Amino acid sequence: MVHRIFSLVRKELQALLRDKQGRLLLVGPVLMQLAVFPFAATLEVKNNTLAVLNEDAGPESFELIQRFSQAQAFTRLLRLEGERELADALDRQRALLVVRFPPDFSRSLAAGKAASLQVILDGRRSNSGQIALGYIRQMVNTWLAGQRPAPAPELVVRHWFNPNLDFVRHIIPSLVAIITTISTLVVTSLSVAREREQGTFDQLLVSPLTPGMIMVGKTVPAILVAMFQATIILTAGIWVYGIPFAGSLPLLYGSMVFYILAVAGFGLLVSSVCATQQQAFLGTFSFMVPAVLLSGFPAPVENMPVWLQRVDWFNPLQHFIVIVKGVFLKDAAPGVLFQSLWPLLVIAALTLTAANWVFRRRLA
Amino acid sequence: MPAPVIQLEGLGKSFPGGKRPALGGISASIHPGRVTGLVGPDGAGKTTLLRLMAGLLTPSEGRVAVKGLDPAKDAVRLAPVIGYMPQKFGLYEDLTVGENLALHADLRGVTGPERQESFDRLLAFTDLSRFTSRLAGRLSGGMKQKLGLACALLGQPEVLLLDEPGVGVDPISRRELWRMVRELVAGGLTVVWSTAYLDEAELCQEVLLLNEGELLFEGEPGALTGRLRDRCFQIRDIAGNRRQVLTRALCRPEILDGVIQGHSVRLVLRPGQAPPDLQPLGAGPAARLAPVPPRFEDAFMDALGGGPGGESVLARHAHQASADREIVAEARDLTRKFGDFTAVDRVTFEVRRGEVFGLLGPNGAGKSTTFRMLCGLLTPTSGDARVMGIDLKKSPGRARQKLGYMAQKFSLYGNLTVGQNLAFFSGAYGLRGRLQREAVERLVTAFKFEPLLDAPADSLPLGYKQRLALACALMHEPDILFLDEPTSGVDPVTRREFWTHINGLVEKQVTIIVTTHFMDEAEYCDRIALVYRGRVIAAGTPDQLKSQVATADQPEPSMEDAFVGLVRQQEAANPPDLAQAKGA
Repeated sequence: MVHRIFSLVRKELQALLRDKQGRLLLVGPVLMQLAVFPFAATLEVKNNTLAVLNEDAGPESFELIQRFSQAQAFTRLLRLEGERELADALDRQRALLVVRFPPDFSRSLAAGKAASLQVILDGRRSNSGQIALGYIRQMVNTWLAGQRPAPAPELVVRHWFNPNLDFVRHIIPSLVAIITTISTLVVTSLSVAREREQGTFDQLLVSPLTPGMIMVGKTVPAILVAMFQATIILTAGIWVYGIPFAGSLPLLYGSMVFYILAVAGFGLLVSSVCATQQQAFLGTFSFMVPAVLLSGFPAPVENMPVWLQRVDWFNPLQHFIVIVKGVFLKDAAPGVLFQSLWPLLVIAALTLTAANWVFRRRLA
Repeated sequence: MPAPVIQLEGLGKSFPGGKRPALGGISASIHPGRVTGLVGPDGAGKTTLLRLMAGLLTPSEGRVAVKGLDPAKDAVRLAPVIGYMPQKFGLYEDLTVGENLALHADLRGVTGPERQESFDRLLAFTDLSRFTSRLAGRLSGGMKQKLGLACALLGQPEVLLLDEPGVGVDPISRRELWRMVRELVAGGLTVVWSTAYLDEAELCQEVLLLNEGELLFEGEPGALTGRLRDRCFQIRDIAGNRRQVLTRALCRPEILDGVIQGHSVRLVLRPGQAPPDLQPLGAGPAARLAPVPPRFEDAFMDALGGGPGGESVLARHAHQASADREIVAEARDLTRKFGDFTAVDRVTFEVRRGEVFGLLGPNGAGKSTTFRMLCGLLTPTSGDARVMGIDLKKSPGRARQKLGYMAQKFSLYGNLTVGQNLAFFSGAYGLRGRLQREAVERLVTAFKFEPLLDAPADSLPLGYKQRLALACALMHEPDILFLDEPTSGVDPVTRREFWTHINGLVEKQVTIIVTTHFMDEAEYCDRIALVYRGRVIAAGTPDQLKSQVATADQPEPSMEDAFVGLVRQQEAANPPDLAQAKGA
């Protein structure tokens, strides 16, 4: 039996690696995502335009504007005259946000009263706006602290595991998980559909190979290919992007196997109900998109409504991203990781059983 | 003769990446008011030529003119002139018959009072008036074909281009279509009919015979078959083994070509040769040589210079099948339902060791469903299927180890090499180590694969693909071999080579079960079960089936005549109910 499965796995790998195109397809997209993602999908705010409407004439507002314009976030400063221009600047998205100094800003400060400063954000770009607002707040606070003779009690924020809030540290571990998902789905569901189209699937089914063996024969290559691609990203994350790898490699690869099994189950389930590659492609797509959107990568899972969080429990990507980040960035203890690992085990068992059942039923 | 409607001058077409031009410099003319057959096996260039005539491709060299116009450049002026029916009839399966017609009418700009008038006329002509609200996907092959024809006839074209209208259609519907086409031609229409069935060529008034992109012959089919007058014979009343008689005959220098036809062997002599002496062929004392009229296929083989020879390289290396049992496969009351449609209805038959058993029937008749149940690809709703005495429901794995299977169109892993394909299939059947190496070596030697071991299977010529598929199916020395439409659309040379190998296997007592809708292929079978509307309506040797429909007018019916006759007898006895017809 082992030998038969070995034949299947070898055939699958040969088919994948046989031509230059196939080999390129295994590495090319990974490298491209690796090159593009950390820059394109950044949540940092850089190179934006800040608009200022200064109705004050005092040195304080002048000083603050100077500081704002030094920030990396705002490379362009747009000086506005009057409220009409203010509305216009936001309307046409000429600036991400507008800071408005009221006429009594300096006077109030000089009188030792609380001075107010208005910041108007573009709600259409809420994420970047919020982050930019944080920068403004920080700069104002720093300036204020410098103004007071006796420093007021200060809140010092430190981000553990990512002290500089370097966004690449969020992206790379998530990318490991996402690439693993894509390649597992491609190797399992699309290849079964291709065999169906070419008629070789019937050839497999009339051989003494059982549906179970065929499934193992499709899953093992998926594990190998996905791990290979994940390794590329890990290596680049450590050596190119300089992220320190905190945890244990065996733990990471071990949990990756379970994750791939869970996704392979989905892939095989999709392929067992699809007759053509086109259908299989749509099927994997309709799994991929919600899985990524609900994975906690673009938005935190905790922000979702409770019922959706419950549904999201069945999303293996969500658990796996937690594991990868945990191992990669903070050397999480196995006990902590197990919190995310056992759902993967349950999902893998469910999907693989379902796929096996549908496989057999389709034969009947 | 009137001026030609379509003129081809040195017309050639190459596709990037193709090893040879799809069409290599053809000059011919097609005359109005006739059926011109574009005849040749798959890959001969028929579709390319039709698409060039329809203006869907531009030529790489030479030119094509339809009524003096270039179809690609003057598409607008030629659109009303040309009606084109692509392969598989070009229908939208999710639209109804009426919607398909309306869509094609819109596309061809048939409007006003003419529109409804053409619908009525075409629906009456094709006898589809009752089915206007049925989805095209739910029609039978014959009805789809008629609808395709109706759509191509909208707007009253002067030239009708039909791409393989006879494929996937039962012989009765095919005859019906020919009747309709003749009627159209009598009304002045020019029809170009492409086909891979060489027997259809004889029905055409003129023929362009294509092979590998080259024009082998242009003219009336009779002119080609006429060259073989007095060169075609049948050896009848053979007492010995007719397969061995054929093998010996094909080894003789005076024989150009030979095939099995039921209990007889058909031979074609080389020009100017005398017929062979029957006794050295081992045909038995009663054997006699009867002259028969030449067929178009004989002429095609003649044009190609003869067949592949008689001896199968495989036969010498093939394994001997086990002689444990007499009955190697059996179906008992085999029934399969899909929803409320009964695809196979209580089918019962037995297949004996060393026999070639054929399931013959049109597409959708239930032969493939029966076949799939017999090799374990489908579970029967009720009834039993056994292979080598093993119930496929109870221990499918054990049964599958004993059977070999060759799918339609030689399905192999196209991007794996010959060697990798052989290694995979031997491994899948549990061969390993020395046994695996020996099995692979045996077939590599038998089929002369050595120089090709590193070539991807996709790059092989068709003949070698077929050999490789056969090799993969035989790796584990099965006692029984299942063949699903093994040679439909394949050129006659490759088909002959294939059956030479099969005959070699049968000599080693391997049992063959084959499905086919190809009447010529049925002639190779020892016994045939004729499947129609889910039932076996007749079973027996090819000669028995033919004799059942023999009449005074038709003393020597062909296999197709037998098929049509038996189906008509069956329908006369119990008219089909509509529920069955819908799914078929």
